[in-house]
Amino acid sequence: MSEVALRGFGWRHAGRRAWAVRGLDLTVRHGERVLLLGASGAGKSTLLAALAGLLPEDSGESEGTIEIDGLEPRKARDRVGILFQDPQTQLVMARSGDDVAFGLENRGVPAEEIWPRVDEALERVGFPYPVDRPTGTLSGGEAQRLALAGVIAARPGLLLLDEPTANLDPRGAALIRAAIARAAAPETTVIIVEHRVAEALPLVDRVVVIEPGGGVRADGTPEAIFAACGEDLAEEGVWVPGRHLPSRVAQIETTTDLVRTEQVAVPGRLPAVSLRARAGEVLAVTGPNGAGKSTLALLLGGLLAPGSGRITAFGERRPPHKWRAGTLTRRIGSVFQNPEHQFVTGRVADELALGPRRLGRSPEQVRQVVDELLQRLRLGGLAAANPYTLSGGEARRLSVATALATAPRLLVLDEPTFGQDRRTWLELVALLAELRDEGHGVVAVTHDEDFVRTLANRVLNLGEPAP
Amino acid sequence: MSLVLDPVPASGAPLARRNPVAKLGAALLFTLPLMATLDPITPAIALAVELAALPFFGVRPALIARRAWPLLLAAAGVLVSMLLFAADRGGESLLSIGPLDVTTGVLSSATGLILRIFAVALPGIVVFATTDPTDLADALVQNAHAPERFAIGALAAFRLLPLLGQEWRTLTLARRARGIDTGWNPAAFASTAFALLVGALRRGVRLAVAMDARGFDSGVARTHARLQRFTRADTALVVVAGLLPASILAVTITLGLFRPVIG
Repeated sequence: MSEVALRGFGWRHAGRRAWAVRGLDLTVRHGERVLLLGASGAGKSTLLAALAGLLPEDSGESEGTIEIDGLEPRKARDRVGILFQDPQTQLVMARSGDDVAFGLENRGVPAEEIWPRVDEALERVGFPYPVDRPTGTLSGGEAQRLALAGVIAARPGLLLLDEPTANLDPRGAALIRAAIARAAAPETTVIIVEHRVAEALPLVDRVVVIEPGGGVRADGTPEAIFAACGEDLAEEGVWVPGRHLPSRVAQIETTTDLVRTEQVAVPGRLPAVSLRARAGEVLAVTGPNGAGKSTLALLLGGLLAPGSGRITAFGERRPPHKWRAGTLTRRIGSVFQNPEHQFVTGRVADELALGPRRLGRSPEQVRQVVDELLQRLRLGGLAAANPYTLSGGEARRLSVATALATAPRLLVLDEPTFGQDRRTWLELVALLAELRDEGHGVVAVTHDEDFVRTLANRVLNLGEPAP
Repeated sequence: MSLVLDPVPASGAPLARRNPVAKLGAALLFTLPLMATLDPITPAIALAVELAALPFFGVRPALIARRAWPLLLAAAGVLVSMLLFAADRGGESLLSIGPLDVTTGVLSSATGLILRIFAVALPGIVVFATTDPTDLADALVQNAHAPERFAIGALAAFRLLPLLGQEWRTLTLARRARGIDTGWNPAAFASTAFALLVGALRRGVRLAVAMDARGFDSGVARTHARLQRFTRADTALVVVAGLLPASILAVTITLGLFRPVIG
């Protein structure tokens, strides 16, 4: 319903030297559905925030004009709805129906109209529960569908979607895409940022590629865009559909068990599992959300005590969860799904030095390890940066590097490729293949079918969660 | 956290169904006057009244016992410090060991204080056990005219609280994976707590942006999807809660037991 017009628009966050977006000329007409593409750091999310009227004047500097139906975004807020990545920080209320009603209350919708509109919105996104369902009990995909219902209940003319499926497993993501396709009224104008391009294409009829700090690079139908600049986009990390991924099949066959589990289980989180993680191979652990994959990763990483069953590792009688942390880091490295959980210092270089220092390595040895890892994981220019300020791809590389700093034989990774662009993905896969060929063992919990196909020697599917 | 604050499922008991603001107001009106006296009889009567009212709130004594146990620690602390340090050692001496002189006066003051702790805390526990946080925020806005920014903002923050426990466990495990045994090491504890705080702030900011995007606090007058009514029964509850302590104090004054806090 709404029209978007940008004329030479630019935005620079306060305190930054570089413009997040600049020189954007773009018109999006009534009812169009646009996929916004660009390398990471091209300012896609900033543009969506600007359109949603979420960039306060005092938080940066703007140039050019940005208009929705002829109004500046802050005055057009009631015409715009935006859905973010993380459902946990979008839900406000304790009960599902109340959360959908929240946006309607804010817009002053008369009380007697609110509940019919809540029911209609929940129906359109396929929300499977009654309105009094506590929001705290929803899975990620359900919570995101609820958040979408909250957005469309307000009947926005312009719907903005900022990586709406990035935090979800493939099944949850497919449900959200179906909900978007069904829920948005045909006359609604839609702008999507989504790095899994192939999945987003059925939702759009136009692709706009923006250049980091330099306006619109390409604009047209998906076919035309990928024919014209698919090669370059893939190079910059965009998941251009139909691109070939190199195979990294194992070079050697080994039989050395690093960790062995016999019927390990954690009540309510993981049904009994027996497995062997071997040196020189990549074991992929797959299965739907709730099957206990992350719990299994914690068990193998020596971070959690099993409820029942046995774990033996590195030929020792004591199970890994009873080892001292120092011993653990020399044998098993764990990489968490969210890299920020593992950062404990204020500088990238200190982050890498922490492990070896705690093992009592000499300053000379520590420096050598740090330099080598900075180079190997392409973090050289960031040695003095604060880990919390890194981009998603950089933070992921750093978290893998910190685990490697103490040279463990086994690496356990939880969703290592989650939310990564194509470039970081290729680098990670190459690195893990190298480690494996050097004789390390790798266990990766993953939803990523490309990752499994490209790299895994063996796959363990944990199956459906117990009811 | 959640053990203490989670409301019990709605029971339909006559007083539990009252407007949350009325319940909160009644609890305050009932307990504040009790502060005026130091004698043990006033809080004892008040406590008896509170216990007698429990069935009307549909709250079982077992639940109160479960939620009030931290008060036992406070009571024990009061008893020990009164026995050791009370200045007023009047009355008969009951037990004398060295410098420790236990008199009836000391015991009576200690009993008074301990009863006061329970008499003041119990109404609060009952109110929160029978009130849904959403209903409380709604009633604060609609009946007490509290600012929406405050009431709804606090409610949204409240929803994020249970995530903190989960986050703490993840951070501890992540640190062990980095070679840091947390255990009881105060430095490691402080750094984990700092990381928890940083994460909570980031989540808070994201939530605030999302609320902003959904038009919260945009200057439009909000409507209310859930109506909270303040009825005659609610007024009656508040009035009775105000009259009860007056009569209790009248009794103690008549009996000559009133010991004002001031003077």
